Amino acid sequence: MTIRLPAFDYLTPETLEDAAAALADPDRSVIIVAGGTDVVPKMKRRQMTPEVLVSLSKIESLRGIRRDDEGRCVLGASTTLAEIHGSSLVPEVFASAAGDVASPQIRNTATLGGNLSLDTRCNYIDMSDSWRQASGYCLKDGGDTCWVAPRSNKCWAISSSDLATVALALGGSVKLTSVRGERMVPVEELYNNDGIAYSTQAPDEILVELVLPKDCGRATYQKLRRRGSIDFPLLGVAAVVSFDDAGVCASARIVVGAVASAPLRATEAEEFVVGRSFTKEVLEEAGRLATQSVRPQDNTDTGSRYRKWMVPVFVEQALRAVADTSE
Amino acid sequence: MADHILDFDVNGENRRLLVTDQRTLLEVLREDLVLTGTKHGCDVGECGACTVLVDDRPVLSCLVIARQVEGSSVRTVEGLAIDGAPDLLQEAFAELGAAQCGYCTPGMLLSARALLDDNPEPTTDEIREGLAGNLCRCTGYIKIFEAVELAASRDHDR
Amino acid sequence: MSGAFSVVGERLPRVDAMDQTMGKTQYVDDMTLPGMLVGRHLTSIHAHARILSIDTSRAEALVGVHAVITGADLPITYGILPISQDEHALAVGRVRYVGEPVAAVAAINPEIAEQALALIDVSYEPLDEVVTLEQALETDHPMLHGDGLGQNVHRSAALEFGDVEEGFARADYVREDVFFFGGNTHAALETHVALASYSQTGKLTLWSSTQVPHYVHRTLEKVLELPAGRIRVIATAIGGGFGGKTDPFSHELTAAKLSMVTGRPVKINLSREEVFYAHRGRHPVLMWVKTGFENNGQITSMHFKTFLDGGAYSSYGVASLYYTGALQTTTYRIPNYRFEGLRVFTNKPPCGPKRGHGTPQPRFGLECHLDKAAADLGLDPVTIRQVNAVEPFSTTVNHLRITSCALVECIDKVVEASDFTVKRGRLPSGRGVGLAVGAYMSGAGLPIYFNDMPQSEVQIKIDRGGGVTVYSMATDIGQGSTTMLATVVAEALGLEPRDINMVIADTDLTPVDLGSYSSRVTFMAGNAAVTAGAKIRSRVVQAVADELGVDPAQVVTKGGRVGVSGDLDRCVTWAEAVRLAIAATGPLVESGGYTAPKLAGTFRGAGVGISPAYSYSACVVEVDCAADTGLVKVERVWLAHDIGRALNPLLTEGQVEGGVYMGLGEALYEEHTFRGGLHRGPSLLDYKIPTALDMPPVETFLVESDDPEGPLGAKEVGQGPLLPVIPAVANAIHDALGVRIDEVPITPQKIVAALRNVSRGRPGRIGPETIPDFEFSRLTRVEPPEGFVTP
Repeated sequence: MTIRLPAFDYLTPETLEDAAAALADPDRSVIIVAGGTDVVPKMKRRQMTPEVLVSLSKIESLRGIRRDDEGRCVLGASTTLAEIHGSSLVPEVFASAAGDVASPQIRNTATLGGNLSLDTRCNYIDMSDSWRQASGYCLKDGGDTCWVAPRSNKCWAISSSDLATVALALGGSVKLTSVRGERMVPVEELYNNDGIAYSTQAPDEILVELVLPKDCGRATYQKLRRRGSIDFPLLGVAAVVSFDDAGVCASARIVVGAVASAPLRATEAEEFVVGRSFTKEVLEEAGRLATQSVRPQDNTDTGSRYRKWMVPVFVEQALRAVADTSE
Repeated sequence: MADHILDFDVNGENRRLLVTDQRTLLEVLREDLVLTGTKHGCDVGECGACTVLVDDRPVLSCLVIARQVEGSSVRTVEGLAIDGAPDLLQEAFAELGAAQCGYCTPGMLLSARALLDDNPEPTTDEIREGLAGNLCRCTGYIKIFEAVELAASRDHDR
Repeated sequence: MSGAFSVVGERLPRVDAMDQTMGKTQYVDDMTLPGMLVGRHLTSIHAHARILSIDTSRAEALVGVHAVITGADLPITYGILPISQDEHALAVGRVRYVGEPVAAVAAINPEIAEQALALIDVSYEPLDEVVTLEQALETDHPMLHGDGLGQNVHRSAALEFGDVEEGFARADYVREDVFFFGGNTHAALETHVALASYSQTGKLTLWSSTQVPHYVHRTLEKVLELPAGRIRVIATAIGGGFGGKTDPFSHELTAAKLSMVTGRPVKINLSREEVFYAHRGRHPVLMWVKTGFENNGQITSMHFKTFLDGGAYSSYGVASLYYTGALQTTTYRIPNYRFEGLRVFTNKPPCGPKRGHGTPQPRFGLECHLDKAAADLGLDPVTIRQVNAVEPFSTTVNHLRITSCALVECIDKVVEASDFTVKRGRLPSGRGVGLAVGAYMSGAGLPIYFNDMPQSEVQIKIDRGGGVTVYSMATDIGQGSTTMLATVVAEALGLEPRDINMVIADTDLTPVDLGSYSSRVTFMAGNAAVTAGAKIRSRVVQAVADELGVDPAQVVTKGGRVGVSGDLDRCVTWAEAVRLAIAATGPLVESGGYTAPKLAGTFRGAGVGISPAYSYSACVVEVDCAADTGLVKVERVWLAHDIGRALNPLLTEGQVEGGVYMGLGEALYEEHTFRGGLHRGPSLLDYKIPTALDMPPVETFLVESDDPEGPLGAKEVGQGPLLPVIPAVANAIHDALGVRIDEVPITPQKIVAALRNVSRGRPGRIGPETIPDFEFSRLTRVEPPEGFVTP
């Protein structure tokens, strides 16, 4: 237990309003903590040293999964990944992706809101302070260089949330709340492809719930990682498609995760597959098109070349998986 | 940064103690309550050595801010035995050589306990899944799987 | 054969198993002492820099800080090997790797200790960094040890046994290959921890998670300039070692010094990141091998070159270097053999001994090389190994004495159990099987520092109530040495292992054992315990024989009784027997010692590789590889190990399974990688040790060759079984996909890259192409040993 947390004030509001008010404190740096599985390691490594942590754990309304009047699945932000994994109310693809995050212990603590708000990751920043000193503080860390791409003026830290990728493919929306009011934001608009400003959520906003559409079509999530457990995704591909009676693709959403600072829709591949049957050639072409839009960098635990090679493989694999279920 | 009274149950006993906000559950267990059976191998949630049960679910105590467990019930390896009688898992782990250096053992036992409470007759694959967050560097996990299977079968026979 | 024994050969639990599972085992970090302070190290943020100044005044002024020390406070150098004393507990003048300890603080709590570190002002002048083997061999970089510019060669070796050129000349077929083995580390779950307490009477006690309390004792004596008798080192329960806790470490010295300075106990618990920097793990080795064969596969000659990237300090490096050349001959009869090796210094954490010390790298190269040669010769992997297998009770060309050896039986076991011959080349695409073998020492033949004293001593003291206490400095790092000692003593005395009280690894209380490294404990401490146990037994038996009026040869010790063989009524209880013996002959205290036979040749380097016995292993691995992703699933592993005798099959199987696990990790997942001098991922998230979901089933076969000198016939098992696993994986992947990854770890990226090469008409191989053009000098020619028979 050599590595300790820095000092902070820990607030445990019992209502969302109180939490929002605490978060809006203009005088102190305040962040939200739910399960803490992302925030605690980062604070232990001194990647962030907020003065105040606002815990959501006492706010009962943020917990739980339900279907609303329109049959949509509404997941409270404080629902744990284990609860999502075990829920029959949740679209299967989402439940199964939740069950593939990190490790069993982390899934028992980590929350939906935390996973969707997961800070972007990079092996130049998810390091101890002395390591970062040795490397030189990077752009995301108050320095002036992104060590992943030193000539770039943007940060290339990676979106590593499995659920963001799947929620985006499913066409979900999140409800955000703050002292300024409430708003619904499509997951598609929740993220920026920028390792620092990766979220469009304002600092004073709390992610309250995720709403997934009633009908999810045929959906899959294919995740690449080195080990069977614990690891963040090196690549994640979610595909949600529908077919007409003739077996021709009627709609498709293909999202590639963990290759950029946000989950990215492979729009060219989507457009290509719509109106076509999923033949081997079509899948190959879709894989090729999806690859064009992504540029994995050398900032995970495997080489960037490999991740780039794997994009078409996983896109094809994902499309094959959804095609198979239609048989 | 103030001290707060933390009121929770540990191994079936109510405990009240002063903690600072930044204290983790792991620090409280090992340092304040001297329950050193819970180990630590990384401090940042990557090894599973500090696994304890919070409200019957395995969590990584190094990642839990102590005040999060206010009102909860925590179980550590010291609380696995009931009235001094070792848990079936503790016996099976000992009998089958599932502990070599023994350092991952407490965390492993708690993950295994939660698994069996949830699923009394797990398949080997389910055991692997259940223990997938606990790294062991000595055994190659094989004798651990066998010990969980043995404990499950004895529980079934009982 | 185990029928002749009562507890040996039984699947008994560890004697401390219930303590472990009840959470009662005490590791160093579980201890607290009154007034204990927390120590922390400030570590270097430069891979190579001159230290211009260190100002500790701001840190010292912080309330709650009791002491701050720097290299100036611990100026005496040390190192595990007497010939390379090049380490300082805290850097003096220069830092040579990121993470090297520079200063140490003792404070009342971890928070203040951390604040204090931030208040230490170190001014550095960065120096040119030497981070690769190639850079180390260039002449225009600063020398890490010494002044000025020049090559950073730590040590080179060049030995020839027999006539290698003649051997190549008569070969029908000669093949050369180049391989690379990436560096990796132990990653024991427990980080390194030391707790020091210096008393008012001038006595220092150090509790440490060390595999080598004796060497730590000697190092403390040297660096702290305290008499050995004023230092007590206790190795507590150790949360895994694997060679990672086999050096004396900075924190052991700084904790001790801080306790001496402050007069209070000081505990230092290295962070996980600091453990990656303390390292002493597997050397990255680039290697080249050239072998001549006859058409039937018989080896005529072999030339092996290794290039070791040693990191910043010597550690065990000289031994590591020679180990990369020593044991090739223990599995195959090589009539002519040349070894040239080189270890360089680089600005990275120091490498050292990890499970298999210096031998897994050449074993990987050799076993892949043999498979390739077999293919060219039209032989199968089994035949080429059988044709060349060493014979029991023979001598190798490089003067290693082989005693018991069940290599061929091991091969037969795994080949048969796995259906290797049927499966190889015939499984569906993507699936394949691979075979490899290995051998390892049952203890290094020589101690680390020259002396003629026993390598292990064991004492046994019997209480008047019959209680048996065994004293040994052997450290139980999880391998079960304490249980092993209890077992052999219990066997001698007719008791159960759990009846034996074990006092271990305490320099005040226990006689010297050199430590848990080189797989020496079963053989050496075990033999010492057998000797001590036999002495006790014979005194007790004599006393009982006298009492019963029978010939001592008729008396047996069994089941807690001592009496006449075959006549159950004529016996006394063990406790009565003990009292009779004490009454007859005085205090019942005996000791045993073990000194390895003199085995070393007279040439330079002859001390490395000799051992009183070698264990043998053979392994078949079956894999399922996805050609599109390169992901490898190991389906099953079969491993046969010639252990001499399995004193406790449950524990020895556990060692095999653990060795397979670690080998698979090295083969497929784990690598210490650097960007310049900066470790790319010093964490258990980035450094991929396999999880429960990544481990295949293992079928273990224990082969008992009954070694004539082993304790009750036993040999080692802690290290050997790892060796064949790595090349067996590589060979299996070749069988599955037709590609050769001549580089460890075999990552998915390398497999896909090799397959992409194939699809472009290029060779399906990933690996190094060449070795540095280094002129090895002073080839020492050594005549084969007397009576060496060329096959």
